[in-house]
Amino acid sequence: MDIKLKVRRQNPEADDKPFWKDYAVEVPEYYTLLDALLKVREEVDETLALRCSCRSHICGSCGMRVNGHAALACKTKLSDLDQETVTVEPMGNMPVIRDLVVDLEPFWNKLYSIKPYLQPATDPPEREYVVPNETMFHLDGVVNCIMCGACVSDCESLSVNPIFIGPTAFAKEYRFVLDPRDAADRERLSQMNGPGGVWDCTHCFQCVEVCPKDVAPMDRIMAMRRMMMDMGMEQHNGAKRANAFMDLVGTYGRLDETRLLMRSVSGLGELMSFSKVGFRALWKGKLPPLKPHRIAGAPAVRRILERARNQRPRRFKVHQAQEEGVRA
Amino acid sequence: MIYKHDVLVVGAGLAGMRAAIAAQQHGVDVAIVSKVYPVRSHSNAAQGGINAALGEGDSWESHAYDTVKGSDYLGDQDAIEILAKEAPQAVLELEHWGVNFSRDETGHLGTRNFGGASQARTYFVADITGQALLQIMFEQLVRSGLKMYNEWFVTSLVLSENRVVGVLALDMRSGQLHGITAKSVVIASGGLGRVFEPSTNALICTGDGMAIAYRAGAQLMDMEMMQYHPTTLKGSGALLTEGARGEGAYLLNANGERFMKKSAPNKMELASRDVVSRAEQTEIDEGRGIDGCVLLDCRHLGRDLIMTKLGQIHELALELAGVDIVKEPVPVRPGFHYPMGGIKTDVFGETTVPGLYAAGEAACVSIHGGNRLGANSLLDTVIYGRRAGEAAADAAAKLAGEEVRETAVRDEERRIQALVDRPDRGQFAAKVRWDMGTGMVTHCGVFRDQKGLEACGDLLHDLKDRFTQVHVGDKGRVFNTNLLSVLELRNMLDLAEAVQLTALTRTESRGAHTRIDYPERDDEHWLRHILLQYREDGPEISYRPVTITQWEPQVRTY
Ligand SMILES: Cc1cc2nc3c(=O)[nH]c(=O)nc-3n(C[C@H](O)[C@H](O)[C@H](O)COP(=O)(O)OP(=O)(O)OC[C@H]3O[C@@H](n4cnc5c(N)ncnc54)[C@H](O)[C@@H]3O)c2cc1C
Ligand code: SF4
Ligand code: SF4
Ligand code: FES
Repeated sequence: MDIKLKVRRQNPEADDKPFWKDYAVEVPEYYTLLDALLKVREEVDETLALRCSCRSHICGSCGMRVNGHAALACKTKLSDLDQETVTVEPMGNMPVIRDLVVDLEPFWNKLYSIKPYLQPATDPPEREYVVPNETMFHLDGVVNCIMCGACVSDCESLSVNPIFIGPTAFAKEYRFVLDPRDAADRERLSQMNGPGGVWDCTHCFQCVEVCPKDVAPMDRIMAMRRMMMDMGMEQHNGAKRANAFMDLVGTYGRLDETRLLMRSVSGLGELMSFSKVGFRALWKGKLPPLKPHRIAGAPAVRRILERARNQRPRRFKVHQAQEEGVRA
Repeated sequence: MIYKHDVLVVGAGLAGMRAAIAAQQHGVDVAIVSKVYPVRSHSNAAQGGINAALGEGDSWESHAYDTVKGSDYLGDQDAIEILAKEAPQAVLELEHWGVNFSRDETGHLGTRNFGGASQARTYFVADITGQALLQIMFEQLVRSGLKMYNEWFVTSLVLSENRVVGVLALDMRSGQLHGITAKSVVIASGGLGRVFEPSTNALICTGDGMAIAYRAGAQLMDMEMMQYHPTTLKGSGALLTEGARGEGAYLLNANGERFMKKSAPNKMELASRDVVSRAEQTEIDEGRGIDGCVLLDCRHLGRDLIMTKLGQIHELALELAGVDIVKEPVPVRPGFHYPMGGIKTDVFGETTVPGLYAAGEAACVSIHGGNRLGANSLLDTVIYGRRAGEAAADAAAKLAGEEVRETAVRDEERRIQALVDRPDRGQFAAKVRWDMGTGMVTHCGVFRDQKGLEACGDLLHDLKDRFTQVHVGDKGRVFNTNLLSVLELRNMLDLAEAVQLTALTRTESRGAHTRIDYPERDDEHWLRHILLQYREDGPEISYRPVTITQWEPQVRTY
């Protein structure tokens, strides 16, 4: 099959300006994008810089943007793309070192900032920790993360908010919060309650979409938000907004944006900062009614909300279990 | 620049990280250098699990005996005893650090069956055991706070009066060469899979550390012992874990027969890897294969078990071969997998060069002898990684130590620049590597004979010639992967020669080394290791008897 690779390149030893280079290659049906790029590098242009190693989506090296979205080159089958021209760019939200190689130092530093290691309450037991298999099995979903950075590349929050800790580090954090053996969950969660924390996620789904390992970082972030609120960490505007949202929908069966805003901010000053948006909405006739009305099915909506509230991952913590005398 | 530490670990896979953590706990200043970020190391590819005699009714003796038998009596039994005795503690330590090992119904560690083992003693995390272990080891490394030189490529060791004083390394990002002084250096740079084509190994498995140590005067041992894994995917050569057979999958030939009943009537598909690979190759050679493969059949295991315990291989087979293992058998064949041989060390990881230590896949203690048992090498990395780290730290604490000199850096820099400046004579590193890899699989494969091995020698001679003409098309220095591939190729050619030469020397069949012209095991002459010493005018061969503590060689049946 004939394929054209349109690659965005950049060379710091020349002028460091991005430029496009096209490579036309003929490859077998079963080729992945990585196979094709390696063919280019080995036979056509040895100066093309990229990272790769395992060729089987386990090492996390070959993240890049394919037709605009982050993906692993070794997991992208060319025949599945069903296109003659494939655009290849370095990952986003990270500075380029050369061609498809990006600077990952900020990525790792964010990971280190969450204390990414188990912090048990006491010295370990003589044998293994006795814990339910379901909790271990549940962790597989995040331990699966190969730190490829695809989610970070396409994260919408990060593109405007560089201090956001980001989906990879949060997926890792979730792994400890949910790990029965880790006892630092309260500190971990309260650390994430601040600037750059979980409330800065815009719920854009990008990380879920692009993750090659189905880690679903956004779902983990949402789960941790709920845990934080269950622990009484409700001071953050994000938490207030979540509470107000549930409350309003529970009461009226629909959302009331005016009240949602008023109950999501801290103080009048902050509220005033939204006045411009308010006036513009008023001007365009888009301001929500000041007095909300209750829809007919409101009680049914409330019941749905309650049921959703009760569907949480089961959290089992060894140190708490010991204090409370329960067994796995 | 010249940096300075007490202990320097080369390689940040499981063995390297474990060594670094151990060395730091022994109170010295430690750094770790790796050509890729630690979690990219090839340890992440291990799917199946890690062995330990932890269960009720199991014993270290049983684990040790299985390993000795698996090694076809070439493993050194003192080293194997240490491995088996320390295994339970090592696995518990990993669990305490946070590995989410699979549990049984009571919440205790659960096991699975693995090839060559008389008991189910393989502990696992679904089929991502290596990935889980590597992540957790990396977490502990981050916790330790020790210095990491990530994406630095070590090009050579620096010696002074035959003692190691440090390394030279290329910082990929800047393209600059630097020296790192260290009183002890631990080589934990992993395997040499790319010497063979196809292979289950990653592109980074180029045996750099082995070759660098070898050229610095360390001996290599058991280099003829190269493991071919029985279930690698047709086409890409990706590995489908032994865990599949551990869970009960069958191997079938073109006639739908479970052919393992001929060569291993008791253990069937779970015999040792060398035994299974030979049986498969025989089926294929005698015309009972399908398109150069046999079939791995998982269908009877059911969708639920496949999805929960073998999800990764389900994904690989689907993506790379378009086969849904829930519905169809998948074509597999023996593929290059693991070198039992490597840098010779004692049970403290010390090599034959003062100040130089080695551990993990790069080293040969020798635990695995003629054939490694599945799930024993992750164990090898953590146990001998720790032991090497501790020994390196203890030695460093007692030494004043010399430093890497600027002149050493300048000389190496000149050598590298000369490579970059070579004129284009039309020889590409990738092509030379391909010819080497396919040649090695043809001549040093599952079955070998004198004629083929001699032809292989000629081929390698030719390739070494061609190597002197290989040029670097990329003249830049920042992230020059082209330059790297040439440096790696040089390392691989030296190792290929070591494999070919030792395979030609061992005139018997033992473990993974099967000589058609010498089909029997010959304990009288060959219950010994072959060692290689690098010399300018070609490798020098010597021998060492196998250490036997309590298990006298017996006929090996499964
Ligand atoms: C597909 C597959 C499946 C496997 N399954 C199992 C299993 O189920 N159970 C089991 O026990 N074993 C298994 N193994 C074997 C086991 O995974 C490896 O033997 C083991 O993980 C090797 O670890 P290591 O630390 O020695 O090397 P690696 O993890 O390979 O690490 C090598 C390190 O050295 C660094 N390095 C190399 N060269 C240089 C250089 N020039 N300069 C700087 N740094 C360098 C690399 O960057 C890397 O960090 C499997 C292997 C494969 C390939
Ligand atoms: S859902 Fe949140 S974390 Fe995920 S990409 Fe969007 S903003 Fe980033
Ligand atoms: S969560 Fe997914 S996309 Fe993000 S780093 Fe991990 S594996 Fe990659
Ligand atoms: S090469 Fe390892 S993830 Fe693609």
